[in-house]
Amino acid sequence: MTFKIVVCAKQVPDTNEIKIDPVKKTLIREGVPSILNHDDANALEEALKIKDKYPDTHITVVSMGPPQAKDLLIECLAMGADEAVLASDRALGGSDTWATSNAIAAAVEKLGGYDLIFAGRQAIDGDTAQVGPQMAEKLGIPQVTYVKEFEIAEDMKTITVKRALEDGYELIKIKTPCMLTAIKELNTPRYMTVGGIYDAVAKDIPVWGAADLGVDPDKEVGLDASPTNVYRSFTPVPKGQGVMLEADSEKEVADKLLVGLKSKHVI
Amino acid sequence: MAIHVIDDKCIGCKLCQKACPFDAIDMDGKLAVINEKCTVCKVCIAKCPVDAIFADEKDEDASGGIDFSAYKDVWVYAEQRKGKLMNVALELIGEGRRLAREISDDAKVWAVLIGDKVEQLSQECFEYGADGVYIVEDGLLGQYTTDGYTKVFTDTINEYKPEIVLFGATHIGRDLAPRVAARLNTGLTADCTRLDIKVSSYIDYANNNTTLDTSDLDPASDERGLKQTRPAFGGNLMATIVTPRTRPQMATVRPGVMTKCEHAAGATGEVIKVAPVISAEDIRIEVLDVVKSAKELVSLTDAEIICSGGRGLGDPSGFELIKQFADKVGGVVGSSRAAVDAGWIDHSHQVGQTGTTVKPKIYFACGISGAIQHLAGMQTSDIIVAINKDPDAPIFEVADFGIVGDLYKVIPEIIAEWDKADDMYDATQH
Repeated sequence: MTFKIVVCAKQVPDTNEIKIDPVKKTLIREGVPSILNHDDANALEEALKIKDKYPDTHITVVSMGPPQAKDLLIECLAMGADEAVLASDRALGGSDTWATSNAIAAAVEKLGGYDLIFAGRQAIDGDTAQVGPQMAEKLGIPQVTYVKEFEIAEDMKTITVKRALEDGYELIKIKTPCMLTAIKELNTPRYMTVGGIYDAVAKDIPVWGAADLGVDPDKEVGLDASPTNVYRSFTPVPKGQGVMLEADSEKEVADKLLVGLKSKHVI
Repeated sequence: MAIHVIDDKCIGCKLCQKACPFDAIDMDGKLAVINEKCTVCKVCIAKCPVDAIFADEKDEDASGGIDFSAYKDVWVYAEQRKGKLMNVALELIGEGRRLAREISDDAKVWAVLIGDKVEQLSQECFEYGADGVYIVEDGLLGQYTTDGYTKVFTDTINEYKPEIVLFGATHIGRDLAPRVAARLNTGLTADCTRLDIKVSSYIDYANNNTTLDTSDLDPASDERGLKQTRPAFGGNLMATIVTPRTRPQMATVRPGVMTKCEHAAGATGEVIKVAPVISAEDIRIEVLDVVKSAKELVSLTDAEIICSGGRGLGDPSGFELIKQFADKVGGVVGSSRAAVDAGWIDHSHQVGQTGTTVKPKIYFACGISGAIQHLAGMQTSDIIVAINKDPDAPIFEVADFGIVGDLYKVIPEIIAEWDKADDMYDATQH
């Protein structure tokens, strides 16, 4: 029996590369690359490791986003995934995590059966870590989040994972089918191969809209169905300018600093 | 709800396109067109010089038949591990108390204790400001499991109907809250750093701390929805989120951000014991072991002084100097994401949007350039000291004291001079 894995991946702007225009206080977005979300790459890598060990494994990558998110799916195929699907529709736009999980859960169900769903813990643009657990809830399967070590039994039915806590970990046994979310510590994602890229661009990537997914834009997906809405948004303000300490030697600079810290009553 | 462009008014100036954080505006010749990436964040509306952009908000207050008045009070998930309350639970009780006072004179803050034999923790909840506690005890709840805790928490919410439920954004809170919110089909806002009820409070906060134009908000409004402010986009953007159509309103809140109430020894409150309906079959995972890591415990959130290193250290051995520095000043070692990504130090030391949010008395940023996502996690520190070779590093914009120089020369001098600080300061006072 083929072991079926669904990997959830998101295309995100590299938030490390974003800067704020110091005068206009707006985001400078030009030249910011779109990348495969880091934690999702770890999720895909772990799925690929299972496939390396047990070749009778089928990996489907599911993403939701604008049409250009196909680029990311090509990247996932080039890393070694077998198949990719994109949920993309204007009716899905503005979905919050609840609505997003409805759409992706519907896509997973449309794919047919699965043994394991692997997602990244969170995406670097929203940092919510909510879509994985919310999908698991919609699909009615158990979850383990913050997975940092993974082992699957030979019968492919039982998985043992380490779930990271702030000050240690939990060792958890879980049966398939289930949802796991990956963190950076899990593994090091592989690179695309030249052959992989060649094969990937030749593959067809289906694009499913709300109608294909069978989700209702008034009640299940999109902005209007989302239980949360943006009330206001703004750019954060930097603290007021401090003082630059200058002196002829490092020792004098250190002395100035210590006197300064004393004068602020913090030491 | 959606953003619309009035074709006749749009002059094609592209200011909205430049301002949009979500790349959701395309230009069709001289006309701005909103695409599917739009989240109705409304940044573009404020930027448009000719008032050509508006949001229709016709469904904003539609409760969809839900009787909001049936939902009362603020609940805090009083997270405990091995019978010890997490600090963030006490912080949230303090914040919950503040919010309850904003809702009405008779709104209360309740701590929700879930576990096996956790009743003795109620005293601590009362002493930190809880008006009451819900106690949900069962032998099957001794160890946290997503399935077990989701079931009993959801059932308790359905029975008692809180207006607001707050969770600490810990590894457990962030596992439990989304599952509960999905089962209740209500909204959840992640990692909040500020909460408001009254519009007037939100206006005060916004005017004092942000660049937001609040002129369209009515301070006399009697609207009492929870305004949940959080960093998004790696801290590049702050968004305030509301949950207009469903109840309860749910949020996770970053540890270390909210303020505990003053400890009131001997305080008491109401106790409601909930008899949970739970069986072994409800729990589909097995926790084989819980291991406390042997590695050095990093308590960045509680630290009064943090010495952080970044890519400017040059190589991993730089953290030896940072460690010496921290030992000397009684601080804890922190790091930037870049240093963690480079594999120089464990993620548990990371400060920032994807790491830990900190607000120590003194934050020493050593060789840290100050990426927005790092600033998001430390800019509320009382005093920030930046040491960096690059005089243009953005970290200097938030620093109280900036030193342009070689950290390998500067830090050893600070270590050497540290004990003389009192004498040097006294000398300046005479």
